[in-house]
Amino acid sequence: MIENLNFLGKPSKDKLNLFVSMGIFLFLLGIIDLILNSFFETNITSILPRWLNYFTPLLFSFIGLHYIRIELSGIKILDQLNKNINSNWFNAILSLLVIFVLIKTIPGLLNWLFFDANFIGNTKEECTGDGACWLFIRFWITRFMYGLYPDAEIWRINVAFLMLIGTVITAFFVGPKIKKYIIIFLLFIFPFIAINLISGGNFGLVWVETGAWGGLSLTFIVSIFAMLFCFPIGMFLALGRRSSYPVVKYASIGFIEFWRGVPLITVLFMASVMFPMFLPDEVFMDKLVRVIIAITLFEAAYMAEVIRGGLQALPKGQYDASKSLGMGYWRMHLLIILPQALKITIPGLANTFIALFKDTPLILVVGLLELIGMIDMAKANPYWLGFAIEGYVFAGAVYWVFCFSMSRYSLSLEKKYKTDR
Amino acid sequence: MSDKIIQMENVSKWFGDFQALKDVNLEVSLKEKIVVCGPSGSGKSTLIRCINRLEEHQKGKIVVDGIELSENTKNIEQIRAEVGMVFQQFNLFPHLSILDNCTLAPIWVKKIPKLKAEELALKQLESVKITDQAKKFPGQLSGGQQQRAALARALCMEPKIMLFDEPTSALDPEMIKEVLDAMVDLAKAGMTMIVVTHEMGFAKEVADEIIFMDEGMIVERANTEDFFANPKNERTKLFLSQIL
Repeated sequence: MIENLNFLGKPSKDKLNLFVSMGIFLFLLGIIDLILNSFFETNITSILPRWLNYFTPLLFSFIGLHYIRIELSGIKILDQLNKNINSNWFNAILSLLVIFVLIKTIPGLLNWLFFDANFIGNTKEECTGDGACWLFIRFWITRFMYGLYPDAEIWRINVAFLMLIGTVITAFFVGPKIKKYIIIFLLFIFPFIAINLISGGNFGLVWVETGAWGGLSLTFIVSIFAMLFCFPIGMFLALGRRSSYPVVKYASIGFIEFWRGVPLITVLFMASVMFPMFLPDEVFMDKLVRVIIAITLFEAAYMAEVIRGGLQALPKGQYDASKSLGMGYWRMHLLIILPQALKITIPGLANTFIALFKDTPLILVVGLLELIGMIDMAKANPYWLGFAIEGYVFAGAVYWVFCFSMSRYSLSLEKKYKTDR
Repeated sequence: MSDKIIQMENVSKWFGDFQALKDVNLEVSLKEKIVVCGPSGSGKSTLIRCINRLEEHQKGKIVVDGIELSENTKNIEQIRAEVGMVFQQFNLFPHLSILDNCTLAPIWVKKIPKLKAEELALKQLESVKITDQAKKFPGQLSGGQQQRAALARALCMEPKIMLFDEPTSALDPEMIKEVLDAMVDLAKAGMTMIVVTHEMGFAKEVADEIIFMDEGMIVERANTEDFFANPKNERTKLFLSQIL
């Protein structure tokens, strides 16, 4: 097929200028054609049927790339180009497809997001452009962040999260000695302070029931607590699954396989509706607590399997060596085995944490409205009907920022703990 | 009894259907240096791994330093703290520096204060001539240096007995000597040693006795001179003719 295109002969160094100029001409023709019919509603190949002229830019550029595919042409830029995007016809097609898709989509997207969008104003009537109406987000932002939490008390959530951010940042800049205490504070003391602050009911703070918690702050509360608890539970389950005691081993396997086998949405539903039926009447457990426990156990099962993968990757010699030095089970695992296994599994752990974070919107099935839930509520407001896309794009962007940060953080941890070579 | 630090009586060990050790009897005195040799799969490694119970024997009796090896984990940990071991694959802990490799067990098992443990570790690292590598990680060292670090790590527990499981088999030829030199120094210092190795030069230089094993049994045990000069068993003769 390709040979037939060569009415000029095989591209070669002898006729370098001819081929390169032909090639560049065709390639640019393709790009111009694409830009014209994407943005100016004209089409230089409109004599051809619609299904064909949509793709003619691809065809032009493909032939163009074929002509300039000359090995060792001596022209530096051309050689680089050929090596990277044009090494053979398959590579050329892939490169062109990517360029094609980018030109077709990116400008429209940017127009909708920014250039034609409305940012200023407070009512939907002020949205006059063709693009997104960000006033919707602007109007509802307090609800998206804090849910139905009373406006007068919102400072409490802010204080709790500022405290968290403050201590975490301090932990990065102090020496290991103080860092140890900060971590202990964060793990064992801060959660109680935060919960007391946000729920209130003592120290003169007004009680705010968990039903009113919501928005992004609820997303964080649920994910932070679930992450905090699911990690150690998962670790013990992973060790339990490899235990030599049959009871521990089969209990761990049973637990893991049970939680991995049921959908989170069912688990949440059970936690919210069925679990209270099994509790004695005088025992009351808040719905949010039940939901956090459910997510924790669910994710702990995944965590356990990730960590087990790391444990299995360790050579038997590590166990031999630690045993030969007189270490018992716990010393061996805490000092030698787990540090190495966790290091290997950082990518998997980050994966599970990110998945957990993105699973939190599911709590809306039991009536807890975190970010996505609040957006659902706002878009159903009769005055603000029809702004679902803006809402979900905003939610997507917010989730992306946090998930991407977690992903980058896990990469930096990987680098930090890389001690081999 | 008193000077027999290791006693094995009719020890048998199976891996599934395969019998790795067949009624092995072995006694080792304090400060004795024994080299174990034999073809691969003859049970040499299994034999010494039974001494610190990295493998469990299923029949017979093993007594190390007056303590019988049994299911009792306290006993086992106590024995392991007294019996050092060097492995073919070094088995250093890759997430810890060489110094931390050496101080970890003394600090956590023997409860020695950190500073004292580091002092001891540096002394041992000096005896195997790698003090300058103390802050590096195992992955940054050559094979010979890693094996000497592993030796130092075992010595930091101040063991009464040292077991060596083919310590030079995974090394490049030019690194074998530096490890053997360290082991010779240790032998001269009076350590009780059981060494599984194919290095016959080393055996001639330091061993008091040599054990030849085949098919899970001790075929011949003789003092070093006799073993090389006039081996009694046919299989020993064949083995020696192949490796010498």
